[in-house]
Amino acid sequence: MDNGLQNAVVCQGVLKNFGSGDEEVKVLRGVDLTVPLGEMTFLVGPSGCGKTTLLSVIAGLLNASGGSLEVLGTPSSTLKGGKAVEFRRKNLGFVFQQFNLLPALTAAQNAAVPLLAAGWDRKKAEDKARALLDELGMGQRAKATPNHLSGGQQQRVAFARALIHEPKLIVCDEPTSALDADTGHHVMELLRRVAVRPDRSVLVVTHDSRIFEFADRIAYMNDGLVTRVALKAEIPKGDSH
Amino acid sequence: MNFIAWQMLTGDRAKYLGLIFAIAFSTFLMSHQVSIFCGLMNRTASQIDDVRDASIWIMDPKTQYLDEVKALTDQDLFRIRGVPGIEWAVPLFKGTSRAKGPDGKFRGVILMGLDDATLVGLPQKVTLGSAKALAEPESIAVDRVGYKFFFPDEEPRLGRTLDLNDRTLRIVAIVDSSAPFVNLPVFYTRYSQAIQLVGRERNQMSFVLAKAAPGVSDAEVVKSIQERTGLQAQTASDFGWTTIFYYIKNTGIPINFGITVFIAFLVGSVVAGQTFYLFTVENLKQFGALKAIGVTDWRIVGMILMQAIIVGAIGYCLGIAMTATFFEATKDNLDLRGFRLLPQIMLGTAAAVFFIIFLASAASVRRVVVLEPAVVFRG
Repeated sequence: MDNGLQNAVVCQGVLKNFGSGDEEVKVLRGVDLTVPLGEMTFLVGPSGCGKTTLLSVIAGLLNASGGSLEVLGTPSSTLKGGKAVEFRRKNLGFVFQQFNLLPALTAAQNAAVPLLAAGWDRKKAEDKARALLDELGMGQRAKATPNHLSGGQQQRVAFARALIHEPKLIVCDEPTSALDADTGHHVMELLRRVAVRPDRSVLVVTHDSRIFEFADRIAYMNDGLVTRVALKAEIPKGDSH
Repeated sequence: MNFIAWQMLTGDRAKYLGLIFAIAFSTFLMSHQVSIFCGLMNRTASQIDDVRDASIWIMDPKTQYLDEVKALTDQDLFRIRGVPGIEWAVPLFKGTSRAKGPDGKFRGVILMGLDDATLVGLPQKVTLGSAKALAEPESIAVDRVGYKFFFPDEEPRLGRTLDLNDRTLRIVAIVDSSAPFVNLPVFYTRYSQAIQLVGRERNQMSFVLAKAAPGVSDAEVVKSIQERTGLQAQTASDFGWTTIFYYIKNTGIPINFGITVFIAFLVGSVVAGQTFYLFTVENLKQFGALKAIGVTDWRIVGMILMQAIIVGAIGYCLGIAMTATFFEATKDNLDLRGFRLLPQIMLGTAAAVFFIIFLASAASVRRVVVLEPAVVFRG
């Protein structure tokens, strides 16, 4: 960020509970995590350790039950209701496990959705989407609907949708879990090439150890806590590439 | 975002067409059945509407509706004529008889006896012949239905004869009368001749038709007649409604039609509601993605309502077009005279369809509004 911001996300003692009383479940039990700008950070850990919940809290889709959270320098406690929605629309890009593309829209139209949500003219938004799809190697498929695209192609359209409005933080939930190993490797290469910039951070939740090599740092989670953070030099190589 | 809503709606052709069909079918059934009901109710008062010269109907105080009357006396007519504010008052006979055609075919007919001097009560539109010819002895005017029944394969022409009560009457005019509730032919003749044809009772005068003098309102005259003669008097419009309400209150017609219309409404609501709800549920992940991306709840609600309004509007237009086509196709059928699609019915059906799509979209809107956008992170 041009205001001297170093970190996209700063979590200090973040809590998240579901339910109440005897049925209360503590999913996040005091997470401390820093996600620097200009890097791709992976959040890894066993199923049920709270990765996706932490991602949802950071993205503003769930409210933290306690602790302190700053996203792009803005305390999450100041983002409520419409402000939170507007903050997400302007500053966050999303990549989902199942892509969640709208089946009735073409690739270009899907990629243009964040701009349309921001009130852009449809033609201008689609023109920009086509240019971005071209950059992602999908220019020829811009008019295809999702059911005519392979998994890898759909994920590239999802990348375009996450990037088109030039957000500062991109959150990805298991971006390769629906893809075969080769395709997963290729899309992560692509994501790293087009998404990581000095003023932007990419936060990826994954189980897939084969793509760990693309991370600048990995935060290991277990039982609702970040137990260790490994920098690039300490990251083990994936088993297939 | 409206474009996205449109694409989502039309992208699933089967559901889109299913929704439109449900609304169209419901619209057709509701508007068609209500039209038939209104037409039927209008028929009960059609012979009152056909009398355009007189604005006031006078009858026995206990008369409940047009088709069941107790005759007045000649003295009643004279007393009515003496009421201030009346320009003129004439007798009207309404009864039934049986007519026999040249080939022996017979049918019950409604016989109207019109004042000999003025012929007040004859329908305005005489399609063949002349009203004046009714002054001739043994003459009769018949409506188009009657002519078609007795002379089915013939072009209408004057001079044909029919037998009523062993008397042979010559057709001197063919008139375009409104369809009565019971779809019998309507014959018109002079009052004096009508009571000879069917008269068995001491008194024969079914009604007195009157007109208020210039500068005097119908309501004032009606009040004066009632006060001075003890007879019942109503304006033509009021008597028409009295007759309609009699049928509504004393027959099963409104209940039967009401059940059909209610079922149409219910089927439309349930089918459209269920299909629309399923459509929304199947797109829940997509709506969740839109919420995560930063589309507001209001915008998404707007998208859902827009989808509902589109299917509602298209379905309504198709349904109304089907009803209009039905009545257009049957407009020349004499047995279906008087049945038509009224603007009021179109408006009422539109309100019902609006309510249906409101119900159909309400559950969907609720489901999407309470949807946590974090659902998109659950594989």
